[in-house]
Amino acid sequence: MEAHAADRVAAEPRVAERRAPQRKWVRPLLMWIAVVFIFVFCLFPFYWLINVSLKTGSDLSSSDLFPPSPTLDNYSSIFKNDNFTSALKNSVIITTVTTVLALIVGSFAAYALARLRFKRKFWILAAILSISTFPAIAIAAPIFQLWNDFGLYDTRIGLIIPYLTFALPLAIYILTSFFKEIPKELEEAALVDGATYFQAFRKVVLPLAAPGLVTAGLLTAFFVWNEFLLAVTLTSSPDAYTVPVSVANFTGSQKFEVPLGTISAASVVITIPLVLAVILFQKRIVAGMTAGAVKG
Amino acid sequence: MEAATARLGRRGRRKKKSYGSEERRLATLLLSPAMVVIALVAAYPIGYAIWLSLTEYSVRVPGKWRFVGFDNYTEAFSSTEFWEAVKNTFLFTGISVTLELVIGLGMALAMHEAFRGRGLLRTVVLVPWAVLTIVSAITWRTLFEPQLGLAPQIFEALGIAEGVVWLGQEGYAMAVMILADVWKTAPFMALLLLAGLQVIPGDVYDAAKVDGATAWQRFRSITIPLLMPAILVALIFRTLDALRIFDLPYVLTGGSNGTTTLSLIAHQELTANRLIGYGSALSVLTFVIVMAVSFIYIRTVGGNIRSLAEEG
Repeated sequence: MEAHAADRVAAEPRVAERRAPQRKWVRPLLMWIAVVFIFVFCLFPFYWLINVSLKTGSDLSSSDLFPPSPTLDNYSSIFKNDNFTSALKNSVIITTVTTVLALIVGSFAAYALARLRFKRKFWILAAILSISTFPAIAIAAPIFQLWNDFGLYDTRIGLIIPYLTFALPLAIYILTSFFKEIPKELEEAALVDGATYFQAFRKVVLPLAAPGLVTAGLLTAFFVWNEFLLAVTLTSSPDAYTVPVSVANFTGSQKFEVPLGTISAASVVITIPLVLAVILFQKRIVAGMTAGAVKG
Repeated sequence: MEAATARLGRRGRRKKKSYGSEERRLATLLLSPAMVVIALVAAYPIGYAIWLSLTEYSVRVPGKWRFVGFDNYTEAFSSTEFWEAVKNTFLFTGISVTLELVIGLGMALAMHEAFRGRGLLRTVVLVPWAVLTIVSAITWRTLFEPQLGLAPQIFEALGIAEGVVWLGQEGYAMAVMILADVWKTAPFMALLLLAGLQVIPGDVYDAAKVDGATAWQRFRSITIPLLMPAILVALIFRTLDALRIFDLPYVLTGGSNGTTTLSLIAHQELTANRLIGYGSALSVLTFVIVMAVSFIYIRTVGGNIRSLAEEG
């Protein structure tokens, strides 16, 4: 009995010793496998797209990992395509205007929600947030009808207005959570010194909220640049086509001989600004994505 | 003493009150632009869509319409097209969101473990998220193209799905669509879950280690329960997006080969077939389904909203 107990006591550290070194390399190994998987999984498809965009002619019917005779022909041809270049211009204008408007209107609303005392604040926030979950298809038909009546169909403004609606909830939510983190005492000091609410907002809150504005602005811009359903429903000509619509139309126009090379080149071109933004503003974007999502 | 505090309190209250009305006026002023835009372009059109769904517009005579009550809805419920779209939408949502959770959680755990290069990993993970949905569709389309694509070759070498035209066959087309969605959005899931992992205090794990819990036990009884709020939010976000899916099937297959979805058939009826009433009914049905899930979402993040709405 006693001998058994002694055995057990002696055996335990040995088990621990045997397991400890094993754990030391198993976990890092698993982690590194996962890290390699993440790199390949995330980057390979985009690499593949670039690879296809550098192919022309018969290269497009072979699945080489490297283009046998790489060429920039597809790129020069899309920039000669007026439909594509005007879509680029439309997208830049629509994205910029929507983002600026969403930040102005959104930061007013967010300041009120973060700082001022009034009733039914919870319900106002809940209503605003529920808008962000609206399926775009539900407002596509009525807006199509209305825009036909108002002459806004197939115009840039006709897209900016609904985009602003869908971008605002996200901007307001992000900005409210950023404004809340700015110490109230700073503004109170300004108010005591005789500043108006607006001055306190402009001179104290806004500069401190700059990271929040960058975050909200980036996510709004990403949303607008990416939006497809409303863009394809509310436009019908290069006057208002945005880049996703123009690239998707490359696909649709020639049903039997799909110009995969040029489509891929156009796809790469419209994605590069976003990838650059991700590289430059990774922290800000992640902060925006997770704003409020983890507090429980 | 008591009188003094009472007086102080009263004065304080009076001061607050005068601030209060100014504050309320300012709040109304600041909130109204946002509320007006939202009401005009979201609330009003939804009402209009419901109205349109109860009417029938003539395809031949422009502008001619009549009230038909719930006919469009009965038509939808008795059409195979609608139920096919419902089935596809839910199948797509169920499988892709599940896969995204599993892959996203794996990615989040690996990123949490990696101390060096976490910033680089985050950037890498954000690349698919940054890629436009239609570009993701184009990418996966070229990957599964019969001759150009690499994927069919790989599967053939493994002896799976030999001679299959992926986007041209039912089931396989849905698989490509799910894959494209998982690629683009598992990273989003991973980053939300990583943020959740980072707020779990490390000493909980240390305590469990001291008590002799294995890695699996620690994962099951610490990580998962403490991560649950983040998992729930991520799941609901993704479910809401997946139920609305439109861009992917539009570009990948145009909705053929068993990939049509609710948003897609509604859009086709509205634009290609010009059936405003019937298309609106399909849109309203999509709206109702999404809003039901959205209601669960608002209830789940209710605590977040409340803490944002709180004073202080």
